[in-house]
This record gives sequence, C-alpha cells and structure tokens, in this order.
Amino acid sequence: MKKMINNIFLSEPAFKPAAEKLLIKNGTVIDTSAEKQYKADIFIVNGRIEKISENIKAEKGCEIIDAKGLYITSGFFDMHVHLREPGYEQAENLVTGTNAAMTGGITSLAAMANTTPCVDNKFILKDIQSRSKELLVNVHQIPAVTLKREGKVLVEMTELFENGALAFSDDGNGIESSETMTGALTYAKMFGTPILVHPEDHSFSEWVMNESFTSTELGMSYLPNIAESINVTRDIEIARYVDGKVHFQHVSAKESVELIRKAKKEKLKVTCEVTPHHFSLTDEKVRTFSTDYKMNPPLRTQEDLDAIHKGLKDGTIDVIATDHAPHPSEKKNVEFDFAPFGVLGLETMFSAGITYLVRSEKLSLMEFLKKITANPRRILNLDADLLKKGKIAELTIFDIDQKWKVDRRKLKSLSINTCFHGETHYGKVRFTINNGKIFRA
Amino acid sequence: MDRLEDKKLLKIKHLLGIKGMCREDLELILKTSESFKQILDTPNKKVAALKGITVVNMFFENSTRTKISFEMAEKRLSADVVNFAASSSSLKKGETLIDTAKNIEAMKIDMVVMRHSTPGAHKMLMENLDSVIINAGDGAHEHPTQAILDLMTIVEHIPNLKGKRVTMVGDIVHSRVAMSNIHALKLYGAKVQVCGPSTLIPKDIEKMGVDVTYDLNEAIQNSDAMNILRIQLERHVGSSFPSLREYHNYWGITNEKLARAKNDILILHPGPMNRGVEIDDDVADGDHQVILDQVLNGVASRMAVLYLLSANIGGEK
Repeated sequence: MKKMINNIFLSEPAFKPAAEKLLIKNGTVIDTSAEKQYKADIFIVNGRIEKISENIKAEKGCEIIDAKGLYITSGFFDMHVHLREPGYEQAENLVTGTNAAMTGGITSLAAMANTTPCVDNKFILKDIQSRSKELLVNVHQIPAVTLKREGKVLVEMTELFENGALAFSDDGNGIESSETMTGALTYAKMFGTPILVHPEDHSFSEWVMNESFTSTELGMSYLPNIAESINVTRDIEIARYVDGKVHFQHVSAKESVELIRKAKKEKLKVTCEVTPHHFSLTDEKVRTFSTDYKMNPPLRTQEDLDAIHKGLKDGTIDVIATDHAPHPSEKKNVEFDFAPFGVLGLETMFSAGITYLVRSEKLSLMEFLKKITANPRRILNLDADLLKKGKIAELTIFDIDQKWKVDRRKLKSLSINTCFHGETHYGKVRFTINNGKIFRA
Repeated sequence: MDRLEDKKLLKIKHLLGIKGMCREDLELILKTSESFKQILDTPNKKVAALKGITVVNMFFENSTRTKISFEMAEKRLSADVVNFAASSSSLKKGETLIDTAKNIEAMKIDMVVMRHSTPGAHKMLMENLDSVIINAGDGAHEHPTQAILDLMTIVEHIPNLKGKRVTMVGDIVHSRVAMSNIHALKLYGAKVQVCGPSTLIPKDIEKMGVDVTYDLNEAIQNSDAMNILRIQLERHVGSSFPSLREYHNYWGITNEKLARAKNDILILHPGPMNRGVEIDDDVADGDHQVILDQVLNGVASRMAVLYLLSANIGGEK
C-alpha cells in the first residue's frame, strides 16, 4: 500500500527563519527576571543574543526591526496547554497549536498529558519531543503523574525526568487517593519537580457550571467552589507533610486563593496559576447558553473574580496560564449539557491580561508580564534570566495600546472555541522570536 | 377567533420561558385561554384557528401529560400534528439536535414544541430554525406553559393575586416548574415562598425575591395556595434526604397538616403525583385540590399559546 497523506500534517508553520543578524532597535526592554525596564537595542546573531545596549549600530547585511513604541520581553511562557496531539488532531495539532501560541507571543509552553494515548511513558514523551523540536515554540511535554491518569499507579518518573520532564500532571483529573498524591509528591521531591494539580473532588455530582444564583435561575447542574478548595486544602497538607512542591492549576474559587495565601505565608512550596477567563469573566456569561463558556473549572462569580485580582496583585497567584483546550465546532455546537469542557487561550492570553488587568489597573505591566515569563519558568526550574548575552534569543515584541477585535474565524488555532469572541482587546504581539526563527504578526 | 389578522399580538415571538415576559403578554394568554376553555365545553370542542399549520412535538425526555396536552391543544385548533420522540442520550450518540431539527423543518413545518433535558436547548433551536419555538420544559430551567396553566388555575379562584402568598413545596432545585412559576407569580404581584428540605432549595434563591422556609407547617399556615412538586423517587434518596418516609413525615401534605391552613387554601400539583410521598390520598382527592382543573386549563392555555404565537409564523426571528 502506498503511504497515505494525512492532511492534518499539511498545516503550515507560521514562522520563518530569522535573519542571521537581527537588530531590534528603539524598543523598551522589560526584563522581568531582574524587574527592570530600560531603553535598549538588542542584537541577535545566529539566534543568540550578542548584545543588549543603547544605540547599537547596524552592521552590514543586518536585518532591522524597528521597535519604536514597542516593548520587548523574554518570550511568554504558557504552562498549561492542550495541544491535542496525539489522538485528537481534529481539534489541534503541534503545528496549529504552536502557530496559535506564537501569535499570542508565547515562545514556550507546557503541554498536558491528557492525550490518546496518554503521555505516561518515555516513548510517547520522546515521540512528541522529536516531532516538536523544529518548531519556533519550545514544547515542554508534561507527563502524567499516574498511568493513564487513573490516579492509581505512578508513572516511571525518574526515567521521564531524565528524558526532560519538567513536572508531572494528571490535569483534567483530580487525584482521588490521598495516598497516591502523597507518594507522587514524595517521589517527585527527588528531582525537585513540582506536581501540577488539577484540584477537583470528583465525588460531587455531574455538573456543567458554577453553583450560584445564576445556576439557580438557569436550572443547570452545578459545582460548588468547595469541590476545588477541598482538594487544595488536602494537597497543601500533603505538601506540608512531605515537604513537596505542589502547583495548583487553574485556581478559580476565592476559598482556594485564601488557602494558598496562607500556605505561602507558612513558607510551603506551593504555587498556583489562574487562567485569563477566570480573571476576566463571570458565570453570568452562561446566561447566553453558549458552550464557549463551558469550562472546567467553571466561570465563577464576581466575588471570586475580586479574590483572584487580589491574589494576582499580592503575589498569591504566581502564574497566568491559559488551559488552552481546543474542541472542534461539531463537538461544541451542541446542547450545553453535552458539550465538552474547555476554551481556547493561547492567542488571547496577552491581550486579556492587558485588557482586564493592566488597563484596569489591577496589575502593573511588570507584575503581569512576570506571571507569563519569569514565574512559570522558575516554577519549572528553567532559566528565567533570558535577556543576556549568549542566551538563545527567546523574545516577544508587543504593543500594549493596539486595539483589535477577537474574531474566532481569524484565529490560528484549528478550533474556534474562544470565550472572547467579539470583544475588543488591547495589546497585540508584533514579533515572536525563538530558536533562530521569527513570527511576524 | 379563526382569523389571524384580528388577534392581538404578543410581544414575544417564541415561548422559551416566563423570565423576561411582560405581564400584558401573560394577561393576553390567560384571557385567550378562558375563551378556549369555553370552547372545550362545547360538544364540538374544536376551532379551525390553526388549519393548515403544522406543529411538531419534539420530546427528548419522557412525558405523558404535557405531550398529550399539547397534542390535544394542537388538534383542537385543527393543526396538523407530527410527533417525534427520542431520548436525549440517543441523540447524543448520533445526529445533533440542530441537524435533527433542520431536517424536520425542511419538510415544511411551522411550529415546534420541544421538551429537552438541557437548559437553553430551545434558544439553540430558535437560532437555527425559522419556526416558532415553544418550550415544553428544558431541564430544571423553565416550563412556561406549566406556569401559565398554574397561574390560570390560581387566578380562577383568586382573581387578584397581589399580596397573596403562593408556596412551592418540595424539590425546588431540580424543578423547572418552580422556576417558571416564581417568575409568573411575581409578575402578578404574589408573595412567593418556597418550602422544602434545605438540600432541595437552590443557592441564593432569595435573590429571586422569594421567601424560604424549611417548615411546612409554617408554610401551610401562611399560604393562600400551595403548589406541590413531584419528588423524583429514583433521584434523591441519599445525599438530598434520608428516606421517603422522612420526606413524607415532614414535607408531605396531609389532611392533618392542612387543618391549620386557611379555609380556602388551594392545593395544586403539576403531576404526576406520588401519592403517599409528597401528597396524601385524602388531599389529592380532597376539597382544596384543583389538580384536574389544572389539567383542563393546560389544554386551554396551550391552545392560547399556540394560537397567539402562530401570528409569528413566517415572520422574523
């Protein structure tokens, strides 16, 4: 039989090779690692930073990017992404997913393991690594904590760690057994990697939205905040007991924010992230019955939003990550009860932050950028100090004033399930640079 | 009444829920319902109002009473009636709701009556079809025609509802009947109260402007009408309440408990009843109940809804 062509692999990468010599002129550099902001040019040779200083003169044959009025920072890092490969390529694949990422200024991401088959062994991990190595975006595949994410048997963590695993996560499932969670956190301590926890107590009945006055009026099945905070409490206690590193994913409930704040005061190794939709929108959106507002955890109330803003400001919430969860329209365009959970995020993470946090003065630009650059890298034990001579030029260049309308039909993702469709956002990424490659918006 | 152009128009184009409706619309529906009720008392029982109009009853959830009531209403109006029944779960596996509905609509239909397990399914239908959509129940969200027939029944006995107290008793959290009734009764100025075990009262329901009590005896004493909701036997025993025995003892309506009620208290039940659970035999068949009036009013008010909304056939969405 002849080799068949699978058209999903015909997706074209959106980046081009960068010029051998590239000079970024007239921009404002924001170094989130050192928390400094200054005017400087950046000279890049063969994909590495050669020089950062004022008024660098262009050499012959050097390509120039005029960054006047623009900011330059280390590339954005999204530590919570579903790229859907392998197994669900009608929703997204490595190429379309990373195209979406670079459009949103994201140069590195952590991909979750709820693929088919599940990333619970070295062979699948290495397969994904090898198929993503030529891309602009660094794809850090996160393996599962337990085989098939069933919460029972630990994966071969040592071997996976030695093959590049930065963390482990059963994302999508809470780990039901306290004993398994204790084992996982204890074992992962050997390599200093965190366990990324999807905090959800699955003993609550099936649900489609947050429990609130809105769910009462809509007659929808609901999940209370405590389904999240109960697991946050438990895992904080386990982290305390084993002195392990736990990172809570997509925190949504005000109770969770408070628990994590307390744990941090006690110097426990606890970190957490929030998604753009959980700092932007409330469950009032569900009144439209649009399945673009069906996600796990669900959109919560204004009170939760306020607590999240406070947690972002005081540093309780370390990271903004998207939980980018593509689903093809035929799966989403059904009755609310039957639609899968999840919304897109990669292309709107930055603009949602600028629009809902920076412009509304919930966070300064520096505070916001730290949460999508230095902080996630530190949690995953990566180098966060990227704006230095000799480092690979991993940069995002953006305009914070540029307005644009989020249009689901114009997204680079293979899916269209954005919860920001039709909104006017501020903040647009103009150039994304990494691994000797460049994306121009 | 046969001529469409003579009739007054509703502000709504579809009946998806009571929430958002205005009182004038409800009054027009009730007034029209009374006329149809008189026709149902004549030997012929039938009018030609919807002659040539095709109505599809799409029931994706089990229903006996509501389905028969709608079908009866449609036939009394001389509509052509098509019935379609499937469980939502079988739909889940195969064709989508939109495809199913579009296929049926392609065969030239005018109105769709739908029951579905998912809140908001009707909005989706409305956005994808040109037909007039009537909600016959969507999950625990709304059941507008039930609220209309309940309201009609109450108003027959209590013409001015302003300041009168109506209590919904039982499983409020899973009840589309409760939600639609609350909206309708509030529009008529009634004081609305919900009563049941705390596990069956949904979060923040007071924000709808209703009073909450767990004490049935208190509710019985202060109510002018009580609407007794069905307990779904298979659903609740467990974390919602300990046993049917306990439920019956504390929230079941019995004649003994009714002894403390106002003399002319009305007892409604949307059916089907679990005798011996939420309502005792002697109440279900007693002097205060208007349960079979509700059933007849159901046909009359559904005729009114179909008739009034038929003005929008072929119109804008």
